Amino acid sequence: MGDLAGLIAKRLGLGLVTLLVVSVLIFFAVELLPGDIAQAVLGQGATEETVAAMREQLGLDRPAPVRYFEWLAGAVTGDFGTSLVSGERVSSAIGTRFINTLFLAAYAAVIAVPISILLGIVVALLRNSLFDRVANVMTLTSISSPEFFLGYILILYLAVKTGMFPALANLRADMTFVELLHRTFLPALTLVLVVTAHMMRMTRAAIINLLASPYIEMARLKGTPPWKVIVRHALPNAWAPIINVVALNLAYLITGVVLVEVVFVYPGIGQLLVDAVAKRDFPIVQACCLIFAATFILLNLTADVGAILTNPRLRHPK
Amino acid sequence: MTKKNQLLLNRIAEEASRGGISRRDFIHYSVAAGVTATTASGLWTTSARAQPKSGGTFRWGIHDGNTSDTHDPGTYLTRVMIFLAHTHRSYLTQINGDGSLGPDLATSWTASEDASEWTFELTQNASFHSGKKVTADDVIASLNHHRGDDTTSAAKALLTDVTDITKDGDYVVKVKLGRGNADFPWLMTDYHLAICPANDDGSIDWKSGDGCGPYKIDSGEFGVQFSLSRHDGWHGEGAYFDKVEMITLNDPNARQTALVTGDVDSVSQVDLKTVALLQRDPNINVMNIPSAGAITMPMHCDTAPFDNVDVRNALKLAINRDEIIEKILFGAATKGNDFHHSPAQPYWPEGIPQRDYDPDQAKSLLKKAGAEGLTVNLSTADSVSAGAVDMAVLYAEHAKAAGITINVVREPNDGYYSDVWLVKPWTLVSWGARPTPDVMYTLAYKNDAAWNESRWQNERFNELLLQAKSELNDSVRAEMYREMAMLARDDGGTVIPFFNNFVYGARSNVGTPENLAASWESDGARAASRWWFTD
Repeated sequence: MGDLAGLIAKRLGLGLVTLLVVSVLIFFAVELLPGDIAQAVLGQGATEETVAAMREQLGLDRPAPVRYFEWLAGAVTGDFGTSLVSGERVSSAIGTRFINTLFLAAYAAVIAVPISILLGIVVALLRNSLFDRVANVMTLTSISSPEFFLGYILILYLAVKTGMFPALANLRADMTFVELLHRTFLPALTLVLVVTAHMMRMTRAAIINLLASPYIEMARLKGTPPWKVIVRHALPNAWAPIINVVALNLAYLITGVVLVEVVFVYPGIGQLLVDAVAKRDFPIVQACCLIFAATFILLNLTADVGAILTNPRLRHPK
Repeated sequence: MTKKNQLLLNRIAEEASRGGISRRDFIHYSVAAGVTATTASGLWTTSARAQPKSGGTFRWGIHDGNTSDTHDPGTYLTRVMIFLAHTHRSYLTQINGDGSLGPDLATSWTASEDASEWTFELTQNASFHSGKKVTADDVIASLNHHRGDDTTSAAKALLTDVTDITKDGDYVVKVKLGRGNADFPWLMTDYHLAICPANDDGSIDWKSGDGCGPYKIDSGEFGVQFSLSRHDGWHGEGAYFDKVEMITLNDPNARQTALVTGDVDSVSQVDLKTVALLQRDPNINVMNIPSAGAITMPMHCDTAPFDNVDVRNALKLAINRDEIIEKILFGAATKGNDFHHSPAQPYWPEGIPQRDYDPDQAKSLLKKAGAEGLTVNLSTADSVSAGAVDMAVLYAEHAKAAGITINVVREPNDGYYSDVWLVKPWTLVSWGARPTPDVMYTLAYKNDAAWNESRWQNERFNELLLQAKSELNDSVRAEMYREMAMLARDDGGTVIPFFNNFVYGARSNVGTPENLAASWESDGARAASRWWFTD
């Protein structure tokens, strides 16, 4: 297992380098946008004098590399600075928002991952049957529709017409956990519909791929029932691609949900990032993007580690 | 009155108290049931509907809010900031429902003869949410926040004429101006000029979110929502709701759905495309209020071909305002007449002939100017207003009949007001409502104004503008504004197709005063303190 620890350490090290490169790219991308924070904040009401005064107060009159390295010096020590617009600490501005995003992602994942893997197994078992076709068409339809459209459809039927769930997913501090689950059900369901197809299809393909192997034929010949062939013999060898696609979708649930946030007015991190870009609020943009990049790096690492752990050949290399 | 009529009247009154019928319908039916119009109007006022009741939590969905908003009055920009300011802070004066100027923190105001020195008497009953009394020091510090060399306030231009602000005791503030300004008390309603508690060094404490308005902030986060509860020490009338929740709802569909499902009690804007459908819902009242906000299309009068007045007037004649209002705004607008003075503002000059679509006259004007077959570029962007690009394209179609080719240039949304407006020779611009014609003309039509968007120089207009500014006699002043309107209409460089309406909605159990202020959506941004629940 020493190799595994070495691999994790190496990948984490590379991850840090990636984050550094991402931070440089983000900084200069924000610099390239037309206009700056002073003009964005003052809007139509900007005059030359007020814009100059605001630039001076925020230190924007200094050259870009100087500002980048100042930020970097702080970031290395764990200080991501303050929002240029509101003066709030970046950590406190992002804190609850990020927790909300994680909650919604976890909610959707807890529903979507078991359902799609189970569905994947069942459709592999019943492949080319009517059930297989229907499940495929349904999930492919939902993944092909834009998220906001799925959200609107759910709102129309589950909120406006039947009133079963609230259309707004605005949160309150004094909500109980059950209220919270009820209020955020529609956005979670939208996300479930978006990610299910990918995971289900991958599970199905990985299993069907293995069903042609000689050892599966052996299992069948010795009289193992079909469900047991799949669960006991095929699935353990199919985990690697499934874990990969699950990790990819989890990353998407955290980083790609801004449209769902807008449609359901859910206070997540996506909206924060969009607002920060519009206002050229560099410290917030930087922190959000680094969180997203770190999410991808960590989940990818987890997927690779998971693939190794579920594969004895990789676990015990010669 | 017969017994049958009496029964009918009772039913109408019942319907009114439930919020089922509007004031107009109420009077209409009552007159039909045999009472005079004056009595009917009185009945409406005394019927349950018009009696404000206390209680409840007002959930208010507001469009246009960002996570990057702040409590700094100098950078107030989005609707959420402005509406919140009118809910948790107070101003010196306010615009009443009927469009007149009323007291807020200032109970009365007087001017010196040349209108260059104003004295405001403050109420002695006002207090901040922290419990501290509101005194002259707070008012002075709050106004000074927008003055001086190092201010970052967007309202700096508004107070450039102010030379000195002093106090006379704790409850009298004196403001000295470099030149007379009869509108100065109106300026005090500007959304930036919220009164905040003063620090000892003469700056203001805006960061804490403390204010002297009808509601105090219990908790909240910009871009998400604010929870407020009634401030018992408020000096004004109203504030019927116990609690107010202000929810940022930027997505038009989310806003509409929330109103339909009852997740909110009122929204500050409804999508014009679906107003007709929304009006069919008996649980919803749609308010459609003419405002002083406008779309302008300023042409640089010092740049060819716009330096020729005939070309400018040809372009003004080549737009079919009626069709634009009907197709782009679904009727929710007042027709413009190329002077920037709306019927929702004081001193509006009646009887000025309306300029209509006349391609033939436009053609002959172009011929006179030697500019037949004119081709011009009109810069616009989607972010300027809903349907801005469509409007420009429709205008280009209208202009074809006059032999004019308008190329609609679609500019990037980002940085439109820094890179396109005031830079490109012909642009499409959206203006918020300003309280008086003087404020509007001084901002964007005065010869040396930084935002003289049409670069228009007219000696007589500027002379009248300065005279009217310090003229305290209302009828003389109104006459001056009439002449200025004519000059702007016939010589100016701005096409004004319309003044847009504010269209917003509330559930039918929300009671409102008869007149709704036109300075902002949601009753001049003051719905939280002026409205109530009827059930």
